[in-house]
Amino acid sequence: MALVKLSGTLRSAAGGLTELEIDAPNIHQLLLKLAEQHPKLKPVLDRGVSVAVDGEIYRDDRFRPLPAGSEVFILPRMAGG
Amino acid sequence: MPLDATIDPATHKFALVGTRPLRPDGIDKVTGRARFGADASAPGMLVGKILRSPHAHARIRAIDTSKAAKLPGVKAIVTRADFKEGDPGLRDVLHNVMARDKALYDGHAVAAVAATSAAVARKALKLIRVDYEILPHVTDVDEAMKPGAPVLHADMITANVEPAPKKASNIASRCEFGHGDPEIGFKQADLVIARSFKTEATHQGYIEPHACLASVGSDGQGELWVCTQGHYMVRNQCASLLGMDVSKLRVTASEIGGGFGGKTTVFIEPVALALSRKAGRPVKLVMSREEVFRASGPTSSASMDVKIGVTKDGRITAGTAEIRFQGGAFAGSPVEFGAMSAFACYDLEHVKTVGYDVVTNRPKQAAYRAPGAPMVAFAVESVLDELAKKIGMDPIELRLKNAAKEGTRSSYGPKYKRIGLIECLEAARRHPHYKAPLGPNQGRGIAAGFWFNFGGQTCVSLNVNVDGTVALAVGTPDIGGSRASMCLIAAEELGIGYEQVRAIVADTSSLGYNDISEGSRVTFSTGLAVIQAARDATAKLCARAAKTWGIAPDAVVWEKGYAKPASPNAGSFAPLSLADIAKTAGSTGGPIAGHCEVNAEGAGVSFAVHMTDAEVDRETGRVEIKRYTVVQDAGKAIHPSYVEGQYQGGAAQGIGWAINEEYVYGRDGRLQNPGFLDYRIPVASDLPMIDTVIVETPNPGHPYGVRGVGETSIVPPLAAVANAVSAAAGVRLSELPMAPPRVLAAIDAAASRRS
Amino acid sequence: MNGGRVMGEMMSKVKVSTTINGDPVEYLCDAEETLLDVLRDHLGLTGAKEGCGTGDCGACSVVVDGRVVCSCLVLGAEAEGRKVTTVEGLATGDRLHPLQQKFLEFAALQCGVCTPGFLVAAKALLDRNPDPTETEIRFGLAGNLCRCTGYDKIVRAVQAAAAEMRKG
Repeated sequence: MALVKLSGTLRSAAGGLTELEIDAPNIHQLLLKLAEQHPKLKPVLDRGVSVAVDGEIYRDDRFRPLPAGSEVFILPRMAGG
Repeated sequence: MPLDATIDPATHKFALVGTRPLRPDGIDKVTGRARFGADASAPGMLVGKILRSPHAHARIRAIDTSKAAKLPGVKAIVTRADFKEGDPGLRDVLHNVMARDKALYDGHAVAAVAATSAAVARKALKLIRVDYEILPHVTDVDEAMKPGAPVLHADMITANVEPAPKKASNIASRCEFGHGDPEIGFKQADLVIARSFKTEATHQGYIEPHACLASVGSDGQGELWVCTQGHYMVRNQCASLLGMDVSKLRVTASEIGGGFGGKTTVFIEPVALALSRKAGRPVKLVMSREEVFRASGPTSSASMDVKIGVTKDGRITAGTAEIRFQGGAFAGSPVEFGAMSAFACYDLEHVKTVGYDVVTNRPKQAAYRAPGAPMVAFAVESVLDELAKKIGMDPIELRLKNAAKEGTRSSYGPKYKRIGLIECLEAARRHPHYKAPLGPNQGRGIAAGFWFNFGGQTCVSLNVNVDGTVALAVGTPDIGGSRASMCLIAAEELGIGYEQVRAIVADTSSLGYNDISEGSRVTFSTGLAVIQAARDATAKLCARAAKTWGIAPDAVVWEKGYAKPASPNAGSFAPLSLADIAKTAGSTGGPIAGHCEVNAEGAGVSFAVHMTDAEVDRETGRVEIKRYTVVQDAGKAIHPSYVEGQYQGGAAQGIGWAINEEYVYGRDGRLQNPGFLDYRIPVASDLPMIDTVIVETPNPGHPYGVRGVGETSIVPPLAAVANAVSAAAGVRLSELPMAPPRVLAAIDAAASRRS
Repeated sequence: MNGGRVMGEMMSKVKVSTTINGDPVEYLCDAEETLLDVLRDHLGLTGAKEGCGTGDCGACSVVVDGRVVCSCLVLGAEAEGRKVTTVEGLATGDRLHPLQQKFLEFAALQCGVCTPGFLVAAKALLDRNPDPTETEIRFGLAGNLCRCTGYDKIVRAVQAAAAEMRKG
């Protein structure tokens, strides 16, 4: 189980939910399940996101395993200059 | 690839990493031989030029190119019809490359020609008739948000707002970050300060204008020579916009004359390819400086409200910010990064930031070094400075009391890994600059800054040559000396000399995909890939030695440039050098090469603390920067000279942003200062020496502990300079740039308030 | 670039005899072409760069009869009978000019596009004033824009080159 925390931006699309538990082996599965459970999040996720797992921000690596009890944040896809 | 278990960067004795050898591309760059974007030519080459809208907002009723087409020497004319529509990910990129039904800003491209000379091309542009219906325009972010403002896009419904608005507006989206309840926090404060701030758009100001040489044959195969931060991005986007197979377009990155984020998208490249395809001849297209200002990406301008509460003993109880960025004519300003980074330096129980991404009739913003962060740091660090003064606390002490550290929940959510903000603040406080006496009319300002950094897709090839030298192919354009760092890393891993490695930036057909050189990612991710490629090569070198000795491959280790038996049990053999093994490679299994293809992750965030002394001329309002010191965490500096260079360059750009640089629009919506005379970037006589302190708090996400350094250095200077100027002038400056008229007006207003 | 006269190739060309980096050179150019255009497009000397075309950035700096000029503001025809030095003329064979050497040693370049202009301007400065103060260097190079370095390492490199050149 990973604990997914939703920032203000995603919170409104998820009907005011601030956090939810999702059972997924990796980031890829987690995003699929998140979109399945909250279809309004799908467009946000499709626009491109980074995913922070226990403090480390992953921009691309969708098959990063999720340790049990990990804390997950969905963030905007990182960009830079 | 995490920090090496075998290497503790704090104590490990590197042979080469951390030294300062001459850069491998240096001779070419001091003798004029280095070839930049505009330095290439081809037989039969035509000159391309682009016709641009003189109007800030206008419907394009019709474009008549017939007269231009008849002009002798004109070989091709293209308009929007010559590009392939339909890639949803590139919709706005294409709109920006070439307007369709509306011109959305002064400088928006509407057509282009290729001709046998620049003179003919210029004449042809004058013969193209564009029938414009001029529309009302808006260029200010706050004006653009008002009901009744001219709407740029009839289908723009603000995203991330529930319920969704019914009417179109210029607000593309809203975002929100934070935790806790600021209202509770503000009640706990002894002092709360709320202020509003504005910053103007600034340009990356690279000295080399965008330039490319395109050649497309009738078989559909194309070549493109271009100055860009990301030639794979250029290849993929151009192929899509022209309906070409990616494999048929080979893009070579020229030497690049500065980017700073501004060369992370396409502007002229698809146009040059379209012209070349139509003309059947090579086309060179070079932007003029005026075009660079009017039509390539400046940064967002910003309007911000910040509120922070503190207790008397300096504990921040809550912070909020509402930030509004205009990002030009299309959605996509870096307002999310601004909102995320606003309070990222601090450990706050109650924090909330809200951002609005707004469109206006200006060129589409492009990334500029830590996009979005410098402006919000200006606002937040200004309020903190004021709070420190009001509660009588040293400004570094206030920051130290609230500084984020390992385990702190960041203002954007995740908890930090190991970070170096406290180390930077302490180094700043210890620096002699901090205690140096100030002269009359001088003030000192300090500010902290944060940036994310990231890794990204990276691919590297490392070929061992027959004489024991090494050819290293990377795919990230070298924008600040990265080839030197990559040679250092490869030589360190292989145990050979720095001079024995030669690094090149490979073209898109010679090496797998690489993300753009952006996000402070090159030394981190390409460096990480070089380490892995070198270790891949040393494993193969060990296997060849094992074969030669007739022992098992895992009985051989690589040490300081030699394959050696792992232990006396493995047998007694004289060590074989890289050169020994390379010499016989042809008969022991063929060529030896190391490779790495990776999603580099674990870049780790970074922090900096800047301090500066400013002198204000109370008669004229002119600001002079008297002293400047940058303290920043590099994790591990591979080539310290170029780390210092990034620190100094970021500071100088930030100083320009703070006191001089701004996009000035007239009432007609036209850019008034599209040249270096009126858009004044700092010159040598504007600046003092810029002292640097490299703090090294190893990044646990990199084998050597490297953090990116390219962007964080531009985050604190706007605030540091504003705090220094405010101290010197005796009045808080809350709008940038702090040009003489604005500073003088603030001084006069403060004087009249007092009298 | 100015809008200027159009249809350049229809006009008769100007024949120019000049000296560039010590070598006699003859070329034909349009009356409206700048010296920078001629150097880059006709003579293959692409060391001088066009950063602005309006004399504001100094990337196209060359020395004409001992004086630093922005070659984007000089007509190709004006080089007639003069002595022009470009960045390509600073080194002697494989021996770098002390300024070039010090720019490398002090990491005084990042992207390097402004470097040719800085080297040419710095050489003219040191020819005039072999022992400049930091302030004199900063004002002497104020016509050259660098966006990468913040000028710190450039100024130090010029100071070091000056010291070495004074030793002879």
